[in-house]
Amino acid sequence: MATETEALVIGGGSTGCGIARDLALRGVDTTLVERGNLTHGTTGRMHGLLHSGGRYAVSDQESAAECIAESRVLREIASHCVEMTGGLFVQLPADDDEYFEEKLAGCRDCDIPAEVISGEEAREIEPYLTRDVERAIRVPDGAIDPFRLCVANAADAEEHGARIETHAEVTDVLVEDDQVKGVEIRHESGPGKRSHHEPGTTERIEADHVVNATGAWAGELGAMAGVDVEVRPSKGVMTVMNTRQVDTVVNRCRPKGDADIIVPHETACILGTTDVEVEDPDDYPEEQWEVDMMIDTLSELVPILGEARTIRSFWGVRPLYEPPDTGTTDPTDITRQFFLLDHADRDSLAGMTSIVGGKLTTYRLMAEQITDHVCEKLGVEGSCRTAEQPLPGSEDFSVLRDYMEEFGLRSPIGRRSTERLGSKADEVLKTDDPNPVVCTCEAVTRAELDHAIADAGTDLNATRIRTRASMGNCQGGFCAHRIAALLHPEYDEATTRTALDELYEERWKGQRHALWGEQLSQAMLNHALHATTMNRDRYPAASDDGIEYDRFDAGPPTPEAAADGGRRDDAHERADSREDDHGD
Amino acid sequence: MAIEDDVCVIGGGLAGMTAALRAAREGARVRLLSHKKSTLRHASGLVDILGYDDDELVANPFDALASLPESHPYRRVGGDAVRAGLSLFDDVTGDAYRGNHTDANALVATHGGTVKPTARYPTRVAPGLASQDRKTLLVGFDSLTAFDAPLAADHLAAAGVPGTTRGVTVGFPGDFRADSRVTRFARALDDDETVEIANGSMPVRRALARAVESHLGGAERVGFPAVLGEEESGAVREALESSLGVDVFEVPMGPPSLLGLGLEALFQEALDEAGVRRTTGNPVVEFDASDERIRSVSTDRNGRPTPFHADEFVLATGGLVGKGIDSDREEVVEPVFDCYVPHPDDRYEWFADEAFGDHPFARFGVTVDDDLRPLDADGRTEYDNLRAAGGVLGGVDFAAEKSGSGISLATGHAAGRAAGAATNQ
Ligand SMILES: Cc1cc2nc3c(=O)[nH]c(=O)nc-3n(C[C@H](O)[C@H](O)[C@H](O)COP(=O)(O)OP(=O)(O)OC[C@H]3O[C@@H](n4cnc5c(N)ncnc54)[C@H](O)[C@@H]3O)c2cc1C
Ligand SMILES: Cc1cc2nc3c(=O)[nH]c(=O)nc-3n(C[C@H](O)[C@H](O)[C@H](O)COP(=O)(O)OP(=O)(O)OC[C@H]3O[C@@H](n4cnc5c(N)ncnc54)[C@H](O)[C@@H]3O)c2cc1C
Repeated sequence: MATETEALVIGGGSTGCGIARDLALRGVDTTLVERGNLTHGTTGRMHGLLHSGGRYAVSDQESAAECIAESRVLREIASHCVEMTGGLFVQLPADDDEYFEEKLAGCRDCDIPAEVISGEEAREIEPYLTRDVERAIRVPDGAIDPFRLCVANAADAEEHGARIETHAEVTDVLVEDDQVKGVEIRHESGPGKRSHHEPGTTERIEADHVVNATGAWAGELGAMAGVDVEVRPSKGVMTVMNTRQVDTVVNRCRPKGDADIIVPHETACILGTTDVEVEDPDDYPEEQWEVDMMIDTLSELVPILGEARTIRSFWGVRPLYEPPDTGTTDPTDITRQFFLLDHADRDSLAGMTSIVGGKLTTYRLMAEQITDHVCEKLGVEGSCRTAEQPLPGSEDFSVLRDYMEEFGLRSPIGRRSTERLGSKADEVLKTDDPNPVVCTCEAVTRAELDHAIADAGTDLNATRIRTRASMGNCQGGFCAHRIAALLHPEYDEATTRTALDELYEERWKGQRHALWGEQLSQAMLNHALHATTMNRDRYPAASDDGIEYDRFDAGPPTPEAAADGGRRDDAHERADSREDDHGD
Repeated sequence: MAIEDDVCVIGGGLAGMTAALRAAREGARVRLLSHKKSTLRHASGLVDILGYDDDELVANPFDALASLPESHPYRRVGGDAVRAGLSLFDDVTGDAYRGNHTDANALVATHGGTVKPTARYPTRVAPGLASQDRKTLLVGFDSLTAFDAPLAADHLAAAGVPGTTRGVTVGFPGDFRADSRVTRFARALDDDETVEIANGSMPVRRALARAVESHLGGAERVGFPAVLGEEESGAVREALESSLGVDVFEVPMGPPSLLGLGLEALFQEALDEAGVRRTTGNPVVEFDASDERIRSVSTDRNGRPTPFHADEFVLATGGLVGKGIDSDREEVVEPVFDCYVPHPDDRYEWFADEAFGDHPFARFGVTVDDDLRPLDADGRTEYDNLRAAGGVLGGVDFAAEKSGSGISLATGHAAGRAAGAATNQ
């Protein structure tokens, strides 16, 4: 017996989950099958860098521009999965000046906010950087939790009617007369599985269109359908350190190379990585030289890494792809772009599309393009909403937590608040009151801030350091007043006002060294929000002269007058008549 | 086929829309080119003329105009243009705005708990004016952290606002997510959605009144954050007023500002009625000039230029926020026509040390002659048929003196009228 679906997505990594969500939001009946748990493949074994695009600003500007645009989107729709740590491209004495300038120019070309800071300033931000630092470029890199991201996408897809089957491996692709009809899957039972199936059962799913989103495994799926998909899997190591030696993503500013990035994640730092082509994405050597290289090379940047404790290392395989006959020999030269392979066009096999290449950072954009394509094939109208509609986890912490449990996943960043709060986590986060995000740039919720304030009192800069609230792009423009308001009513209005002024001044101090381009525009926006909309530069309560309220407009004379538009005084009538005959 | 108009306005903010409308009323065929949403999305929706002059709170802005420095945009166009701009504004906004019965500024409570001097305010805001000696209750929602009503009330009380002001925080009725956007609340109220509450379900307007009722305590008016509907705000307020038996008003909020967006929509309707052709989505990146005149400007559409020809041009691309003024580490520029923007060479002189200091950057913008034509570094007119209006004009910190929309109206009006009149000759 066969089940039916309009669209069948194979692969529960970021790409597949993103596609399933987009399809479901557009009303397409969708099924996703994944042979392991969600994120079982590369997505669960990556560096977790939310690329600003800076890394590709010289070598691959198209990717760079996509990264910055998508990173902005993800900060909005997936704020709970993202930590905007900021990033530095650090130049050491051995590194080329010319490349540094190219990098900077590249960032500017791609609309990536980039600021040059001195070695000294870089060391102020990251005190463990080597004393040799020449200078650095500051970019909006961030850390992203792939686990929560995938779960949130899958959860939202389910919410919109999709069927998500984990531990369901595609064993065959069904082809009839040059047309893909569906797939055969094998359900395997085990812990963490959503719907229960007997061990070893198989299921035949018929689909109008099949999407092969199996990343590094796309070639295997292609082979089941009788087509060639030339993925070139390339492995990379990541080494996890015991503490957070850096709070910013630290990149070495030189042309492509191994061991040149450190990404802070929660309480840890992850060093990476290498780039070595492998034959089989399921079976490749995990080698010691790779780990040694991480530590040796990256301790040139951050010397204490040489002495620090390493907790573990893990490897992942990039789903790199290059069109036939490109013939690149060095995997680091293979493009990071993604490719949509329309097998109808390419191999005269209708009913199936493969997606390969790309990065986690651009997963949503990839999903959008694939979904556009599938909808066109299916004749479905409807536009993409994934760039605006927040993911479930980014609206409500508890919903995501339920789904995390349902999908049997524990994520490192899922524990983020919990770890920050220690044993008080439950007491703080399990509140009956709504727990809105107060600082959107850094995704800090009210419960966390309340908790920090209980420790820090009215020193909002102390609260800031505990939670990172107001440390993001807007530098407190959108949130400083919201944070300060949490002091009230425990502290009175005058104290609250002073505390806000202090936080706002402190935030201003740091921005002064970045006042050009985008950040200058942001500063003007902040200035307008605080001085114009709130009139905070003229707090009447802060000034000694009282306001003579009766000298000001108290509204149209009577409600009746108001109803017919209000009465005008003489001066105004005169102005009107002048206007009518253009006399001036 | 070439696109030909009499007047081409670049920038779709308040200044550009005013200029386009005014030029159309002159009988000109007008094109309005705009790249992105205007700053009205961020703005409060209040229309300030002048709130402070040399740090002094201004009760009557018209009395203060003459004492402004020579370089101020108001001095360029004169007090009559300010009135003419406001008059056009009143005409466009009709019943949706108040304040045209007097020259005096009104004091409007802000969501930060201060009062702000302004010249025109949405009707939705009107019953809340600070100068009315009435017992006031401010109501905040526990998931809307930008407006803390009890704190705002305490701030206002400390500012000596007449009458008593209290604040209370309630849950917005229904099962809304903790991070719902203001538009979600507004839509629920527009549609009077049925919501689940403790004992059953009821329409959300009624449920909201219920939630507030027990806190009234003799208040004569009740203020909410400005989320009371987008399309049906009048009906929402009326429903709340009749359930609560008191006046209801709204407190202007930050982005996304429903009041600002509402104002933008009113102007866009007026533009459509006046037959102004609007082309949005792509930036103007190039222009063609000869004999000191702009001949055409071109937008960039995915790398393909589209030229727009016209006799007269108005530059209304906004300031640093609207991106009519841009900068890098070396210099500050006006990116479309590369008009001269005075600024110190050293970028460490672009700002003051205090957050609310006298920031040179806040005054960045082009300089103009009395006909609003941009001037080059030597004080010569850049182009005979180019005028500038609104935030792109320099010489004023609109945020500090509270004059943003007033300048856009006055200069937009003057530029539009002059451009329209020039094409008639
Ligand atoms: C070392 C390394 C570091 C990286 N760092 C970053 C970074 O910092 N930032 C960034 O943006 N990107 C990074 N990437 C890239 C990014 O991780 C990948 O591009 C992305 O995760 C790919 O997602 P995917 O969904 O396409 O593939 P996958 O996550 O691999 O998903 C494919 C899924 O298909 C499933 N599957 C396979 N065969 C079958 C079958 N027969 N039946 C059912 N299911 C099947 C697999 O189990 C797998 O879960 C990195 C990659 C590597 C290797
Ligand atoms: C946060 C904030 C709060 C404010 N509050 C108030 C207030 O309370 N009271 C008040 O009176 N005023 C206020 N203002 C000021 C007011 O809203 C406007 O900023 C001001 O009137 C300037 O309007 P404008 O039309 O000149 O520019 P903008 O509104 O900035 O519009 C410029 C337009 O030009 C477009 N543009 C830019 N470059 C190009 C290009 N190359 N090609 C095509 N289009 C282009 C932009 O996309 C934009 O649509 C506030 C402003 C801000 C930012």
